[in-house]
Amino acid sequence: MSATVTHHYTSTGLDNRKIAIWAFIGSECMLFISLISTYLIYKGRSVVGPLPHEKWTDPSTGHTFAPILNIPVTSMSTFVLLMSSLFMVLALAAVQNKGRPLPANAGWWTRKLASSQLWLFMTALAGATFLGFQAYEFTSFVNEGLTIKTNLFGSSFFTLTGFHGAHVTAGVLWLLALLSIDARRGLGPSDALNVDICALYWHFVDVVWIAIFTLVYLIR
Amino acid sequence: MASTAIATPLAPTAYSGEQSGVWSWLTTVDHKRIGTLYLFTALFFFMWGGVEALIIRAQLGAPNQHLVSAEFYNQLFTMHGTTMIFLAIMPLSAAFFNYLIPLQIGARDVAFPRLNAFSYWVYLFGGIFITVPILFAVAPDGGWFGYAPLTTRAYSPGINIDFWVIGLQILGVSSLAAAFNFLTTIINLRAPGMSLMRMPMFTWMSFVVQFLLVLAFPVITIALVFLLFDRFFGTNFYNTVDAGADPLLWQHLFWIFGHPEVYILILPAFGLVSEVIPANSKKPLFGYPVMVYSGILIAVLGFGVWAHHMFAVGMGPIADTFFSLATMLIGIPTGVKIFNWIATMAQGHVRLNTPMLFAIALVALFTIGGISGVMHSSPPADLQQTDTYFIVAHFHYVLFGGSIMGIFAGIYHYFPKMTGRMLDEKLGKIHFWLYFVGMNITFFPMHFAGMLGMPRRIYTYDAGQGWESYNFYSSIGSYIIGVATLVFAWNFLKSRRSGAIAGPNPWGAATLEWTIPSPPPDYNFAKIPTVTSRYPLWEGKEADLESARFNAQEGKTAADFGIVMPYNTIKPMIVAFGLVLMFCGLLTSRVIIFLGAGIMIVSLFTWLLSPLEPEHH
Repeated sequence: MSATVTHHYTSTGLDNRKIAIWAFIGSECMLFISLISTYLIYKGRSVVGPLPHEKWTDPSTGHTFAPILNIPVTSMSTFVLLMSSLFMVLALAAVQNKGRPLPANAGWWTRKLASSQLWLFMTALAGATFLGFQAYEFTSFVNEGLTIKTNLFGSSFFTLTGFHGAHVTAGVLWLLALLSIDARRGLGPSDALNVDICALYWHFVDVVWIAIFTLVYLIR
Repeated sequence: MASTAIATPLAPTAYSGEQSGVWSWLTTVDHKRIGTLYLFTALFFFMWGGVEALIIRAQLGAPNQHLVSAEFYNQLFTMHGTTMIFLAIMPLSAAFFNYLIPLQIGARDVAFPRLNAFSYWVYLFGGIFITVPILFAVAPDGGWFGYAPLTTRAYSPGINIDFWVIGLQILGVSSLAAAFNFLTTIINLRAPGMSLMRMPMFTWMSFVVQFLLVLAFPVITIALVFLLFDRFFGTNFYNTVDAGADPLLWQHLFWIFGHPEVYILILPAFGLVSEVIPANSKKPLFGYPVMVYSGILIAVLGFGVWAHHMFAVGMGPIADTFFSLATMLIGIPTGVKIFNWIATMAQGHVRLNTPMLFAIALVALFTIGGISGVMHSSPPADLQQTDTYFIVAHFHYVLFGGSIMGIFAGIYHYFPKMTGRMLDEKLGKIHFWLYFVGMNITFFPMHFAGMLGMPRRIYTYDAGQGWESYNFYSSIGSYIIGVATLVFAWNFLKSRRSGAIAGPNPWGAATLEWTIPSPPPDYNFAKIPTVTSRYPLWEGKEADLESARFNAQEGKTAADFGIVMPYNTIKPMIVAFGLVLMFCGLLTSRVIIFLGAGIMIVSLFTWLLSPLEPEHH
């Protein structure tokens, strides 16, 4: 980042880092496909509850567990994560356009749109909010009696969504690192590639969540 | 050779890292030096895995022997497989990826030199992590495929499998990081004019392998994560008894990785042989485009055949039929390669030197292994053969007869480029013939032992089942291979010091790596060549030859040409150390996990924030 920007000849004209991040994302697809497939294979095969979409009565205690997934709450966190992708797009645009003079009659909104720090912060904040929702979801599941050890659903659900959460966490740390550089010396068009790569990763993590939300929460 | 006047001999920013001493090796980011490190380390592990094999053969040489206990025998065959696959053959291929890809495509280094160093150090530390336990008889003992639920805590309570799960996870990091690096290098750092269809065949096969690595390794990563969580955190992924888990989950995940892994092991050897055969037949590779397409087809089909490892579990006729047909289909592109190599040699001026002998041996021996492979692509035949020594014979013909023979062809062919000196031909031929004869004496009788019903992975057997003589021959053969490896080691160490001087192009080969001095200077190419042909030194225009003459200049430094070289740095090694320490913490205490993670994150940040190379002017 503070590293010298060097322009070596490349065969495609693209920066090496851009190619590498796409290779990385391809690899990550297989990672999540493996996790999601396992979840789907084990769907409906748990021998004890709590269960995602169905009620379950413990035969030994007679206690009935409600369906555990809280779809309205997760819909909200999904919305927040989707919005973060919009903020990411704005952050990248702000970095790419840094230094370009604003029109004389630029209003408050136009000036705000040009603030890369604001949008990097908003992206990270939305990511952190999503993680907050996930922490709430995990603790409430544990309180209701579903842990990673309880049944096949618990093992595959917590592992899948936990892996996704870890990816979001890494993304938030990445965004905060960019934000701190932006605050220290300002990110400009010459840094756009660094932000672009982070954005690709962030959108990917977002797309994976859409798959998870659909397959785990929405489809019964 | 024209004397080039050097106006500014030492530009103030010109930097050439330390070139000698231990520190220079710990901090190197030069792809050639990293390739050399890979080569030495992998040859060491190859011998280590070989010693394990020799102990196995000593145990099985006669019936009812008790040289080692059943428990230790399990550790031996597990670690023999794990070592040879993950610590010997894959890194030997990686040694060639490192050394050759930039030279063959006309680049100064790989795309990410520091990431490249990181891959090596993770491999080294991970390799030590997974091999040391056998010295204390606590090595992994669940087979190289580690079938769960057998490897879950309920059935493998000891620390043995923990080493395996964590060790493979570490080695996966190394392979993936390297794959992203080489993929980017081949896509993006080709010299002007080096279109994809002009790339040397080794680089092509390496390119295909990087795709396989990128797509196959995440699957075993997840399979191992599940096993790790089951063993450490009590999840139920493989808990078939209490939680209703599917006993086939591991097998499917493992073989979705495991079958592409087979092509990860063989395709680099195919690539090396595709360099050796044309150079020593004085003919361009026959059917170059078909060789490219068949390599790609092998890789694509390789993702659709995993369940042929599972015919015995009873998947039903539809799945069996699908996987059987897909497996038979792979025989077609593989056969195309075999015929193309033969057609390359046909009517060529074939020179039977050591690399060529090893290359021809691959063509012959891999064909035998391929044919026995097609035999057990048929489920009814497979049901007779699975878990017998017939399978052991099959995969040793493809891995020893194929991968190892191909890699040795590559070592004899490229040793002059790497060291500037030739390997001794006489010792090389002794090595070759001992390998060829020893290999066949070892593995051919296993076909018969298997057909007579001898199961794999038994630590001893009773007399009178017709297996004695076959096992005796196998053991004799294995010691011939052992002796031959010592001949090679002697040749290797001796020739590095006193071999005949090689010169830039001892074989009269055609590709870019032969246009530069041997050993190549740290900057590789004084001037990045412009490529106009698949075989610049055979059919190149005057411009190609002129650029080759310029690049053949010896005794120059990067500063002479004003070439900016990357800084040496210790940081990748420290990040690798932190990563492995973090994993070690799983077996010891949380303090170690946090200590390792802390070292990794801090050194990773300093790495990312420090420049790769001096500023350009």
